[in-house]
Amino acid sequence: MTLTRFVTKNAFRNRRRSVLTVLSIGFSLLLLTLMMTIWKSFYIDQGSVLSAQRLIVRHKVSLVFNLPSFYREKIRAIPGVTQVVNQQWFGGIYKDDKPENFFAQFGTDPEELFKVYREYQMPADQLEAWKKDRAGAIVDSELAKKHGWKIGDRLNIKGTIFPLNLELTIRGLFTAPQNTQAMYFNKTYLDEGYAPAKGAEGIFAVLVDTPDNVPRVAKAIDEEFRNSTRPTKAETEKAFQLDFVQMLGNVKAFLLSISLAVVFAILLVSANTMAMSIRERTREVAVLKTLGFTRRSILGLFVGEAVSLSVMGGLLGSLVAFGVVAGLQKQGGFMTGLAVTPVTILVSLVVAALVGFLSALVPSYHASQVDIVEGLRHIG
Amino acid sequence: MAIPVSYNVRNLKLRKGLTIMTALGIALTVATAIFIMALLAGLNRAFGSTGDPLNVLVLRKGSTSELAAGGVERDAMQTLKELPGVAKNAKGETLASGEDILVIVLPRRDGTGEVNVTTRFLTPLGIEMRPKIKLVSGRWFNPGQHEVVVSQSINKRFAKTNIGDTMQIGSGFWNVVGIFDGSGTAHDSEIWGDINQLTTDFERTVYSSVLMRATDPVAAAALKNRVSDDQRLKLAGLIEPEYYESQTKSGAPIKFVGFIVAVIMAIGSCFAAMNTMYAAVSYRGREIATLRVLGFSRPSILTSFVLESLMLSLLGALIGIVLMLPFNGMTTGTSNQVTFSEVVFSLQLTTGVLMTAVVFAVVMGLLGGFAPAWHASRQDILGALRG
Repeated sequence: MTLTRFVTKNAFRNRRRSVLTVLSIGFSLLLLTLMMTIWKSFYIDQGSVLSAQRLIVRHKVSLVFNLPSFYREKIRAIPGVTQVVNQQWFGGIYKDDKPENFFAQFGTDPEELFKVYREYQMPADQLEAWKKDRAGAIVDSELAKKHGWKIGDRLNIKGTIFPLNLELTIRGLFTAPQNTQAMYFNKTYLDEGYAPAKGAEGIFAVLVDTPDNVPRVAKAIDEEFRNSTRPTKAETEKAFQLDFVQMLGNVKAFLLSISLAVVFAILLVSANTMAMSIRERTREVAVLKTLGFTRRSILGLFVGEAVSLSVMGGLLGSLVAFGVVAGLQKQGGFMTGLAVTPVTILVSLVVAALVGFLSALVPSYHASQVDIVEGLRHIG
Repeated sequence: MAIPVSYNVRNLKLRKGLTIMTALGIALTVATAIFIMALLAGLNRAFGSTGDPLNVLVLRKGSTSELAAGGVERDAMQTLKELPGVAKNAKGETLASGEDILVIVLPRRDGTGEVNVTTRFLTPLGIEMRPKIKLVSGRWFNPGQHEVVVSQSINKRFAKTNIGDTMQIGSGFWNVVGIFDGSGTAHDSEIWGDINQLTTDFERTVYSSVLMRATDPVAAAALKNRVSDDQRLKLAGLIEPEYYESQTKSGAPIKFVGFIVAVIMAIGSCFAAMNTMYAAVSYRGREIATLRVLGFSRPSILTSFVLESLMLSLLGALIGIVLMLPFNGMTTGTSNQVTFSEVVFSLQLTTGVLMTAVVFAVVMGLLGGFAPAWHASRQDILGALRG
């Protein structure tokens, strides 16, 4: 019998306890993996190559304020800028205000939208049809699938921010690398239906020629409008998204404190199990010692057992996290950027192993110190 | 006959280490749940306690927030004032306040960045119509001056908001002259200034909203309907508390994430509690058999072990609550999803939150304890006595 086999045999001698421990650690590590995945997508990922090449320009004070439409041509004139498209958040209600019926609605310019968002794919004839129809709209194919829409369907949206209801016809379905949950319509429709909307835009999406030029262009844009009545804030798409995250509050502290609580909880669970199973084996330890096992090897046996249990929990947790994240991705919106990567899994396995190691140290040290005669006399 | 509870208490004491570690695990889960619920309770308090049922808020029809495009035309103000059921104050002034909302950027005191803050511009009448709001230091702004008052929470969280400081709103500079206490309402996240001065500065032609006071609750309901039904006005009336309650949806992301976190942690803790209870049962195989021989029935053994598990989880709940108590009243901020500006609120460990936490722990105890207790009550007596 090899040492590894001895360890695994022992780890499952009390099958129920081992299974419960693995499950308990597994669920905690599932949470830890989820927290790390969210952390990574918020604070570490830089987005796709195209996304890193895009700037979002908004009013410096708040998104609720508009920018004048003529800024678009001024931005276009800045060296390094290749394309600029306007976007106005409509924020209307489709059917009712239930969260499942919520999706993004933007008034934009059909001529240039796809030139800025090059990763979006749509058949050319659909794009032509949209350009020709002022009351036309295009939707993300995933969103269309969710609501059962097809080309030619009518789409009625009640305005809340704007005193205007949209009566649109779907002219195209586009696909994006990630579900955008978005509907785009012709901004002119809004301008004609509600005169004060004319000449004002929510944001401008700017495509810069090379990623290296992005910081310089952003600075140049802000500099251009610094002394106007409506100063701007130009930032990368990623930073723009992070602004929304920061609005939720101190997200970093929130994620960190939950992760700490989770790690501490698994430490307790694992330590508990090891304490229980080692105490039951006081006699066995004495027998092992009489057979010539050194203190160190006994210590190693128990630590190995704890580590293998917690790593199994870690594997289980990461596996479930994989499924959960895949499920969340289908929801779209904020969750689309999430992905469990091998690095995240590796980190949670390392955490699991460390926790297992730490939890077994104290009880197995005690076990290894037991006096042989005392141990043999010990009654379970 | 039931097994005395002291039997379980002694057993828990006997294996102190095991009991404490399991209880601590449950305590961590309970503490996390309390934290999330306290956040939501604080948010609910901020929005739920705002507004007077006699006040009617008037917005543009179809609009859901004071910050939407278009508002109440200045001309409509006179029509609104003349509607029946609008109250007058002692001086004979009609209690209607045309107000404007702006969002400004302020740096946080702790240097963690800049945040949008709601600034409300109103008249002294508007202050009078919100009796919950009390001045705590300095004075109210004088009409016709570039003066603002800030709430205590804003003062605590943002730099450049002390009395005597100056802040830039648009192109004008406004002096901070007073600090008010919003008593936990949504106004705790606001800065207040004079509307007439703002109108001059910004050439605004519409009010964001109009607040009117009705003479009595029946008149309030009638006033609300009258405003909404008037075809010329194209406005909608809302009872003030209802408007603020609808904004509690700003807590939806916290609720969603919190729910997932609490459930996953609870499942983990359930398994841990189950483990401890199974161990407790297996250590006591002989004892249980003896109890059976003495005449204690299966149901009484089942109850006894479930009770022990409950005690364990209640101990966990208690530790969890004690751990979280220092956080009661801690202020934090999130963003209003309608106005994208800061909502300051405090963690509220209300009795409701604590009760839910205890129920949460009890459910964990029951789920974790039932299977082992069932196992204990079904044990083979002879086999156990021999073992």
